[in-house]
Amino acid sequence: MNDGILATILISMLGGAIRVSTPFMFVALGETLTEKSGRINLGLEGNLVLGAMTAYAVSYHTGNPWLGVIAAGFAGVFLGSMHGIICSLPKVNDIAVGIAMMSFGTGIAFFFGKPYIQPSAPRLESLPLGNWSESSSLRQALDINPLFFVGIVVAIAMWWALANSRWGLIVRMTGDSEPAARAMGVQPHQVRIAATAAGGFLAGVGGAFLSLSYPGSWNEGLSSGQGLMAVALVIFARWNPLRCIIAALLFGAAGAIGPALQSVGISQGYYFFNAAPYILTLFIMIASARSSSSAREAPGELSITK
Amino acid sequence: MDTAVLTPEAPAKAKRAIGIETVGMSKIFGSLVALDDVSIKVKPGEFHALLGENGAGKSTLVKCIMGFYQPTHGQLLVNGHETPIRHPQDARAAGIGMVYQHFTLVPCLTAAENMVISRANVPAVIDWKKEIGELEAFMDSMPFRVPLTEPVATLSAGEKQKLEILKQLYLDQRFLILDEPTSVLTPSEADEVLGLLHDMARAGDITVLMITHKFREVTAFTDNVSVLRRGKYAGGGTVGELSTADMSRMMIGEAEIRKSAERIADVESSVELELAGIVVKDEEDIAAVDGLNLKIGGGEIVGVAGVSGNGQSELVEALSGQRPINDGGVFINGEVFDCSRSGYDLFKVFGLPEEPLRNAAVPRMSVAENIAFRTFDKAPEANLGWWLKPAVMKNRAAGLIERYRVKTPSTDTPIENLSGGNVQRAILARELSHDVKVLIVANPCFGLDFASVAEIRAQIIDQRNNGAAVLLVSEDLDEILELSDRVAVMSEGKITYVAPIGETDRNTIGTYMAGH
Repeated sequence: MNDGILATILISMLGGAIRVSTPFMFVALGETLTEKSGRINLGLEGNLVLGAMTAYAVSYHTGNPWLGVIAAGFAGVFLGSMHGIICSLPKVNDIAVGIAMMSFGTGIAFFFGKPYIQPSAPRLESLPLGNWSESSSLRQALDINPLFFVGIVVAIAMWWALANSRWGLIVRMTGDSEPAARAMGVQPHQVRIAATAAGGFLAGVGGAFLSLSYPGSWNEGLSSGQGLMAVALVIFARWNPLRCIIAALLFGAAGAIGPALQSVGISQGYYFFNAAPYILTLFIMIASARSSSSAREAPGELSITK
Repeated sequence: MDTAVLTPEAPAKAKRAIGIETVGMSKIFGSLVALDDVSIKVKPGEFHALLGENGAGKSTLVKCIMGFYQPTHGQLLVNGHETPIRHPQDARAAGIGMVYQHFTLVPCLTAAENMVISRANVPAVIDWKKEIGELEAFMDSMPFRVPLTEPVATLSAGEKQKLEILKQLYLDQRFLILDEPTSVLTPSEADEVLGLLHDMARAGDITVLMITHKFREVTAFTDNVSVLRRGKYAGGGTVGELSTADMSRMMIGEAEIRKSAERIADVESSVELELAGIVVKDEEDIAAVDGLNLKIGGGEIVGVAGVSGNGQSELVEALSGQRPINDGGVFINGEVFDCSRSGYDLFKVFGLPEEPLRNAAVPRMSVAENIAFRTFDKAPEANLGWWLKPAVMKNRAAGLIERYRVKTPSTDTPIENLSGGNVQRAILARELSHDVKVLIVANPCFGLDFASVAEIRAQIIDQRNNGAAVLLVSEDLDEILELSDRVAVMSEGKITYVAPIGETDRNTIGTYMAGH
């Protein structure tokens, strides 16, 4: 009996981890790319919310959720390049601009999103990978959205490209030593604008997952700070795209504790368990602030490490 | 290869080296003439030294050659042809490469990544197996090598300097400009690197233009020398035909320089500074200073030599209270000295840290305020320790500014607007205008002109003659040899060698500096 409950909890945590981790993964990958180029974009929360709204609206009007995903990406590019361009002006602080962009992104999402709270838009179909199983809870857990796999492919591709492509080396060089980049004729601002825009695209796609898959509707309380937590997650993942996958799954699992316990009838401390990702964020920030290896791997041009 | 036959005057035999010539080059910034009608000629395959004091225009000249600045007048000839260089990329295309004083390597990339990314034609996708193979083959053809797959951040300063030079050669730059290339190297590493470059130049593979302050390197390795003074060409010629005295006269002109203060033998003093088993950890929790023991008596200067990065800055920062001492202790006359401001006052300890603007001053506060740091909360500059009297403070500062000849527009000027020599003089005024028992000095003359250097060194000797115990940490071996009564060598966080100045020499010290 106890084994059964434990198995149910673990299975629903697995399912929850996969579902909840997807937006974390996209935002963290976007932030990793941006930070690798030497900028911090704290505004990805705004990209996430605007992406969610855009995806929902486009999916509603066109009937094609994948078009919604692409549109969300471009909404993210809009915010990301805006951040990148503003930060390229002299004496502009990227953290302050990030916070402004976060408010701006969520603000325009709420403004344009009002008419889409009621209607229902076509959602992204999940892949039923659990059909082989007898257990309905396992089947449900393995109902995985294709965006999860897209995220893993993007992470692997980014990891490979950072080490093996000209663009990857230029991004890392810009992020670690601006004088060296200039000496080689690279324009650091252009690289950073491009990296922030591309990072913004990924964060926007992460937002599309929120409105088109899980929770799967558009409303103003859709994101609960995932965009901000992803910044902590990048530090935890030490700017490595592959570790971003693991870190996102961990955060996802932490977020799934509350619902998982509730599914077996334990509702005591529900709110406490729902707060698990936030508590985890706090502990990770404390631990990583003390870790010297994390300081060593941080890109040298980041305004917080300089 | 028979190097004796290939003299630098034989361009016909030079294989690939290129020569350059500046013709009447001038650079004017607003009202400042940084470079005034300078013509120098560097022949292919020559090892040419460019001498001059700080601010003499050496770096302006080199930056004009490299395309960072556009000369106001004058041309650049490469192999006899006029070649306008508008960007650093043009210089690269012309085969001119520069090794900067600060490193331009990217710390998080490996040596191989750094070399490949600096190439003009990096493929979109890099085939590392092939690239590493080619780099290995390239390294085999070079006189020195560095590990290819380690991140540059983990390399030693010497390896980084070698990698910078290798990178230029890998890029096929055949005219190398080196900006004080040996400041981070041990004497033997410096000799090795310069010797190899000298051989390559002799063989006609490269031409080298080296900016330097060190006459020893000029006489040992270079063929010809050009000297700049105040933006003008002050002289030059073949190295064998010029004495060191000739060169230094060209550098500083006929200006009168304060003679080094006389050293008084056997100064009577009861002060004793003892550093006992000091451990100081760096940011990464590694012991940068690792059980250091040293005793310094009053009336004595102990010079700590060492290659930069062996824990010297951590030691000085710990003694200045900028870093915790993790183990061991500092004792003055047998009593514990805690490196705090009150400890400094109690034991009459004073300090001249390196880079004074960063370590000993608040750049945006005024000269008067900076000069008052030791006294602002004591009578007569304050009542009860908190009611400050700015007028008294300014008065005292004005007196010290005059006595120490600090050139400043007023006592209210932010100290960051002063030149390096004047910042150092203002700090000297603050630290040495008291009864000094212990003096802690680090690289006091770094980046200063001859006149300031002589003056500051004389001040340090004066304090020694007055009975202070002086700890001098310096990366400049000549400075240590000139000032010290005893020489200590610091290597990997420990003192590995101590000897009275009369019983040691440059070679012995160099061997210990290299960690042997």
